[in-house]
Amino acid sequence: MSNTLQETQDISEIVNRGLKKRYRSEFMFRFYGVVSILFAVVFLLVFFSSIISKGYSAFTQGELNMKIYLNEEVIDPDRLRDEEEIRYANFDKLVLDSLKTYFPEVSSRKERKELKSLVSSGTSLRLQSMVLNDYSLIGQEIDIWVRLDSDIDMYLKGNIDVSLDESQRRISDNQVRWVQELQEQNLIRQNFNSTLFTAGDSREPELAGVLGALVGSFFMLIITFIVAFPLGVAAAIYLEEFAPKNRFIDFVEVNINNLAAVPSIIYGLLGLAVFINFFGMPRSAPLVGGLVLALMTFPVIIIASRAALQSVPPSITDAALGVGASKIQTVFDHVFPLALPGMLTGSIIGMARALGESAPLLMIGMVAFVVDVPSSPLDSSAALPVQVYLWADAPERGFVERTSAAILVLLFFLLLMNSTAIWLRNKFETKW
Amino acid sequence: MKKSISIFAAAILMLLLPLTASAAARDTIKIVGSSTVYPFATVVAERFGKSTKFNTPVIESTGSGGGLKLFCKGIGVEHPDITNASRRIKQKEIDNCAKAGVTDIVEIKIGYDGIVIANSKKADVLALTKRQIFLALAPEIPHPNGAKQLIKNPNVTWRDVDSSLPNIKIEVLGPPPTSGTRDAFAELAMEGGCKTFKWLKDIKKENKKRYKAICRSVREDGPYIEAGENDNLIVQKLNANPKALGVFGYSFLVENSDSIQGSFVDGVLPTFENIAQGDYKVSRPLYFYVKKAHIGTIPGMKEFLREFTADKTIGQDGYLTDKGLIPMPSGEYSQFRSAARKLSTLSGLN
Repeated sequence: MSNTLQETQDISEIVNRGLKKRYRSEFMFRFYGVVSILFAVVFLLVFFSSIISKGYSAFTQGELNMKIYLNEEVIDPDRLRDEEEIRYANFDKLVLDSLKTYFPEVSSRKERKELKSLVSSGTSLRLQSMVLNDYSLIGQEIDIWVRLDSDIDMYLKGNIDVSLDESQRRISDNQVRWVQELQEQNLIRQNFNSTLFTAGDSREPELAGVLGALVGSFFMLIITFIVAFPLGVAAAIYLEEFAPKNRFIDFVEVNINNLAAVPSIIYGLLGLAVFINFFGMPRSAPLVGGLVLALMTFPVIIIASRAALQSVPPSITDAALGVGASKIQTVFDHVFPLALPGMLTGSIIGMARALGESAPLLMIGMVAFVVDVPSSPLDSSAALPVQVYLWADAPERGFVERTSAAILVLLFFLLLMNSTAIWLRNKFETKW
Repeated sequence: MKKSISIFAAAILMLLLPLTASAAARDTIKIVGSSTVYPFATVVAERFGKSTKFNTPVIESTGSGGGLKLFCKGIGVEHPDITNASRRIKQKEIDNCAKAGVTDIVEIKIGYDGIVIANSKKADVLALTKRQIFLALAPEIPHPNGAKQLIKNPNVTWRDVDSSLPNIKIEVLGPPPTSGTRDAFAELAMEGGCKTFKWLKDIKKENKKRYKAICRSVREDGPYIEAGENDNLIVQKLNANPKALGVFGYSFLVENSDSIQGSFVDGVLPTFENIAQGDYKVSRPLYFYVKKAHIGTIPGMKEFLREFTADKTIGQDGYLTDKGLIPMPSGEYSQFRSAARKLSTLSGLN
């Protein structure tokens, strides 16, 4: 008896000796866990704050109030009201004349050039399209807000150091003086930069927008979804419910898992070789981009769909089979509808990854300068991540903030897709 | 369920339908080629698209070599109409083009681009010679004692290269070998410095390959840092590190003249006038090549050529000069403008 008591004491002594060490290791593990999470949070904060602090100013754009006299002598001296004639009219002169009413003392060629470059070079094109839409404007004075040139906008946003010597900055002393005078007269305002969402790419930062890229990405995702979702779901249903268990099917399953891990650039090369070089599809088209991204998303959808099918409890199948349903009735009338929300969730997350993908698009020529907003998946187009890449590479200072703004737009859509996936999951989730 | 399956099938069919008709017609000009010409060509394209009734040409930046490869693949709407190049077409490329049936090519020079070696305005302006650039950045340099023998480049600081230079570590951020800027830098600056050693120049006659290997290589042991094709990134890094130098196109110096400055090369600063007059030697011509067979098939080709070669575009005060393009002397300009009007084709490299 005393022997066993002795043993128990021995054991508890051994346990007690180790206890401190065990507590410590548990504490350390928790500590490491908290540290690594903190680390991730700090990085995320740094990342977001740097993008937001650089990008928020791109959502406003400096504008100047101008009264422009649409002089008939300049626009259409022969009163022909002919579109071709009006296209060749010197609208730049009208802009300059209007600016001169603010600063009548400007005379030299250099000063005129400086004065003209206060406002965006798109102003004359805007006047042109206004007149072409409505000939009755000719001969009238219009009062409009026009966008300032990107360099002036950068100055207003405090990105140009005017204490430097004039030769070392993008805007001249004259321009600084003029802008200050205009500001005193309240003729300059910062307005919401709607162009960012309504225009395609441009080489002038104040005229550039993400709409072209947005539409391109939208077309691509539509095609990706149409191609990859039905095929992926069909493959998953077959593999999960109908496929015989043999070596060949095992081999296929292993390869699908491998495919999901293939680097995306490889899919780009494949797309270039197959779709463009072999089938002769157009370069830079969202159609090809969508097909490439479909190939990339396909294995992800299969894996997600199989997981969704597996989560349907066997009792459902058994019950259906028990009341005499055939295998195909069981699968399509009972298992598939129950698994569909899970499949959709997995697919949306796969598509979100496809939306942020740029590497395969570089291979198929989607890194192109495209001004016109695409109207079909066959038109040349850029995509959101590629637009970020293109703007990051542009020399103009104004594109620095626009790059960050484009990243914010991209992040917004990624967030939207991921939260849709979560919402779908929560809404349709069935507790068994 | 059957219904939804047939909807899926119909959707897939609808998708496959346009594939067959995809390559039938095209009403947008497609341009590929050099990343150096890209910032200029895009400006022209945008103006062209906005001021005429034609679509805005689509421009893809593929590099000069990649662009010519795509350009020479054949005639037809699936191939690009125009390719930009920051160097002249090579005989080999003309031959490749001819093999694919692309025989009539119109060559148009648009102007010049200077390659600058710049640093942050926080540091002093450097005055370099091509010889010093070669001695600082070549993997192997002639023995300092004058013997005709190559040694592994021992220079760590600029002072090691030449006693007149500051005592700071050699750190040069530049483009990778795939870039046309790098080719031009190697050819104009590095080889230019290499040639100042007479015995190295003599190797050219005996063994051209060896000469190129010696004169155009860039060291890989640290001082030359490949900073990617993104010239903006180089500019940002220069601001962060005033001791470093960067190599990039003149247009980036123009856009960032408030924070970076070009170095003297052989006593000449990279300014607009110096490059235009040919005093600044590290500069190269920029071209674009047009497939004559596509003129008339693709709408707007002639008008685009006209816009690109107009005086208001690439003339002395053209709008591309605001973007950093160095215009051609007026004699050369009128020659290429008339080539564009008459669509005279390239008959051979002369």
